[in-house]
Amino acid sequence: MTSPVRPDAAAALAGSGAEAAKVQPIKSDEDVVRVRQLVRTLAVAARLSLVDQTKLVTAASELARNTLVHGGGGEAQVELVNKGLRAGVRATFVDDGQGIADIELALTDGYTTGRGLGLGLSGARRLVDGFELDSKPGGGTRVMIVKWAR
Amino acid sequence: MERIPVLKIGDMLLVSIQVDLEDQSAVQLQEDLAERIVATGAHGVIIDITGLEIVDSFIGRMLASIASISRVLDAQTVVVGMRPAVAITLVELGLSLRGVRTALDVERGMQLLKRDRPARTTDLNGGGAAAGVPAGERPAFHSGPPAGGPP
Repeated sequence: MTSPVRPDAAAALAGSGAEAAKVQPIKSDEDVVRVRQLVRTLAVAARLSLVDQTKLVTAASELARNTLVHGGGGEAQVELVNKGLRAGVRATFVDDGQGIADIELALTDGYTTGRGLGLGLSGARRLVDGFELDSKPGGGTRVMIVKWAR
Repeated sequence: MERIPVLKIGDMLLVSIQVDLEDQSAVQLQEDLAERIVATGAHGVIIDITGLEIVDSFIGRMLASIASISRVLDAQTVVVGMRPAVAITLVELGLSLRGVRTALDVERGMQLLKRDRPARTTDLNGGGAAAGVPAGERPAFHSGPPAGGPP
């Protein structure tokens, strides 16, 4: 697993990065599993409860699969973040794929363009504390999720 | 890709998922199970997911389709060993696993399958006679769980 320093990754809306983001490329099924493992490791480090760990890892799994299936591959940047005394985990999924034409529609339960149930994006959003989706047709997709320790 | 072993115990098949499941392994498992059900004539399938740390929408869908495929092949599927955190997450995700029978552990899953099988045979034999009788008036031995398929 590589962990290059990404100076740009720390700046975002959900707290400040406690350390450099760990980057996991997403190019295969195995990589989706690796993203889950990486997110799990950091969720444990942030002392998320078992249920919150499970929710975060599940959301990450949905988004990593989206990156692979819809985005044609990309990467996940996962990092520990802090807000005051609260620790959390932020995961950002980035691809250079076709992008999402109608974000509102894509976030609707049951809407699917692929082989899934259409619960990936909408379900992932329900499982985390912070969710941001940035995408335009032809311009790739970037989804950021955050989960805080209680 | 890791292949999930399918074990035969009596007239049941047992699958214990002990690895972090890749999508491709899940698809492979679906195909392997369908073949083994036909090859062995098994009437029950137990899928033990004690080892699964998460069930996301893909894995959930895989479990549901395994249950449907087995039903078409005259076998019942019971998913056992779901962790509490996984159950909570699954419901919040929006996945109810409708059509998938569950039990807390392998033992209870086996009991469920054994209990169902005789009821099923009775239903098949007496199906024609019972069809026109309202549920409340049916003899007691017909009032067990449905023999499969939607009520």
